[in-house]
Amino acid sequence: MPIEDRASEGIFLGFQYPVEIPGVSITNFMRTAVNEQRKYHGLDPIPANEFLAKMEEKKQMLEITAKLANRSVNEGFSGGEKKKNEIFQMAMLEPSLAILDETDSGLDIDALKIVANGVNKLRRPDNAFVVITHYQRLLDYIVPDIVHVLFDGRIVRSGGKELAFELEEKGYEWIKASLA
Amino acid sequence: MDGTIITTYNTRDALLKLYEEKGGSIGKHDSTRIAALRKEGIGLFSQKGFPHTKLEKWRNTDLSKVLNHSYSFPLEAETGEVDFEEVFKCDVPGFDTFMVAQLNGKFIDRGKIISQAGQGVVVCSLAEAFNKYPELIEKHFGKYAPVAENSLTALNTAFARDGVFIYVPDNISVTETVQMVNLIHSGDPVFLQTRNLVILGRNSSLRLVQCDDSVDDQIGFINSVTEAVIGENSSLDHYKLQNKNDRSALINNIYFHLEASAVLSTNAISLNGGLIRNEANVKLNGRGAHADILGVYLMDRNQHIDNQVFVDHAQPDCTSNEMFKGILDDHASGVFNGHILVRRDAQRTNAYQNNKNILISDKAVIDTKPFLEIYADDVKCSHGATVGQLDTEALFYLRSRGIGMENARMLLMYAFAAEIVNRISIPQLRIRIDDLVKKRLRGELSICDQCVLHCNAREQKVAFEIDLSRI
Repeated sequence: MPIEDRASEGIFLGFQYPVEIPGVSITNFMRTAVNEQRKYHGLDPIPANEFLAKMEEKKQMLEITAKLANRSVNEGFSGGEKKKNEIFQMAMLEPSLAILDETDSGLDIDALKIVANGVNKLRRPDNAFVVITHYQRLLDYIVPDIVHVLFDGRIVRSGGKELAFELEEKGYEWIKASLA
Repeated sequence: MDGTIITTYNTRDALLKLYEEKGGSIGKHDSTRIAALRKEGIGLFSQKGFPHTKLEKWRNTDLSKVLNHSYSFPLEAETGEVDFEEVFKCDVPGFDTFMVAQLNGKFIDRGKIISQAGQGVVVCSLAEAFNKYPELIEKHFGKYAPVAENSLTALNTAFARDGVFIYVPDNISVTETVQMVNLIHSGDPVFLQTRNLVILGRNSSLRLVQCDDSVDDQIGFINSVTEAVIGENSSLDHYKLQNKNDRSALINNIYFHLEASAVLSTNAISLNGGLIRNEANVKLNGRGAHADILGVYLMDRNQHIDNQVFVDHAQPDCTSNEMFKGILDDHASGVFNGHILVRRDAQRTNAYQNNKNILISDKAVIDTKPFLEIYADDVKCSHGATVGQLDTEALFYLRSRGIGMENARMLLMYAFAAEIVNRISIPQLRIRIDDLVKKRLRGELSICDQCVLHCNAREQKVAFEIDLSRI
């Protein structure tokens, strides 16, 4: 299935290194994306005023104060701004499954809070988040339901949020050792 | 007056014969200097003929095909059956321009007078200026466009008869944007030679939009020369819009001459055209002059675009900035040739040049050549040229948000062109061009029966997302 169809089916990928796209404004980008997904589901394009209201609402929800609308996608953004922008896009597209690939890397603590806060606010019984991280720190803000440990492309251990604490304390070596 | 039509396949000989017969009447208001200039021009053309691909500057642009038609050379345009008010109606919302119209190279006097005429601003036909302002003509005509180096300019100089003349005296900022619309509408293939002269005094400013359009799909060849002199501390904001049919050839030679602290911004926007060659010659002839030379071209099918830029840093402390971006699809071909000359005395020159291209198909071709010639030692001069495809990572990113391949490509192409379009300082014009670029990329823009700016009238529903931030 082409990636755009997967997106329309409700999968969202939060990139570790979001690409800069000079010349494409965030408004234009998001409106095109929202409408393309609507088209996929046989819906009419979203009216302009409704769309702008939605952008404003999501910005407020995520406590993003920066003037996003006129800026080009990720162009000249700091690491934190790029990740906030990923979360903003996620909020706009309302996916049923979001995969956040090391969203916490390169984030200062304030940006981390905003990102985590966004995920928490978007959490609903009918959607799911896969958060990929190396650190326990993010999990202080996003409390996971299930923790999986991947090694060589396989899930080698699963558990509740306690597993993350255990890893933080002991490192990954003991899992490798226990596999041997 | 005489309306001469000669038909033959040998365009060069036809032109020489025409000059022999009609040269006297073309130059009847000439001063001795200008008469000699015309003679020199036709002599050079007779000797060199049309440029051919053996010349370094013409290596990648072949005129032989477009010259191989039976052209007519109207010295007087037949204007009887055309409804000018209809053809030249401007319907760009909020874009108030003072429009000067040329039909088949002939200046159309529509009886309108520019609002600052009382302050000495003149916009009229070149033919009229020869009669009314001989001292300005004598002082400027042919002074900036050297006939010796360019046989097409030489040819144009020999035949120069009609075109637009603009004069802005000292200390005047022209409030209206002057729009020159050059339409071709003829039953026969026509070969035209328009000549324009723009003179800005000191501490003055002018915004000038030059539109080249076809009305039909008839074959046409335009050999246009414009001289623009920008006096001390004056500024010229200049735009060229080109939307011509695939069977037309347009040679656009512009010679800008900048005095001290003068500022030029020129932007060439080529949307359609069989063969377009824009030559921008910029002479920075006084301390502290600055020139921005920008261009964007979107070509497909078998279209050919050639941008030649020559920046002559003749005096110290001048800056120039060139940026040309192009997207070529199908079998389209493009040329960019950027020559920067920094003369020995031009210390503290700061010159920059960049040409970026995206080739959509593997049959599209671009020849890009930076050429820096530096004789001063305290100089900052840099250049860059890129040829590439659309950024695959960016495409993936857009698609990962649900945007289909076609629209993702469109968005990226639009974004690529936007860097130039966003530099347009007249907001209404920027929005319009922005729209035209989007349409062009969607393949919805055709040559209109009106000026390139008038496409509004027959606008199809545009599915492309309009940037809301601009509304």
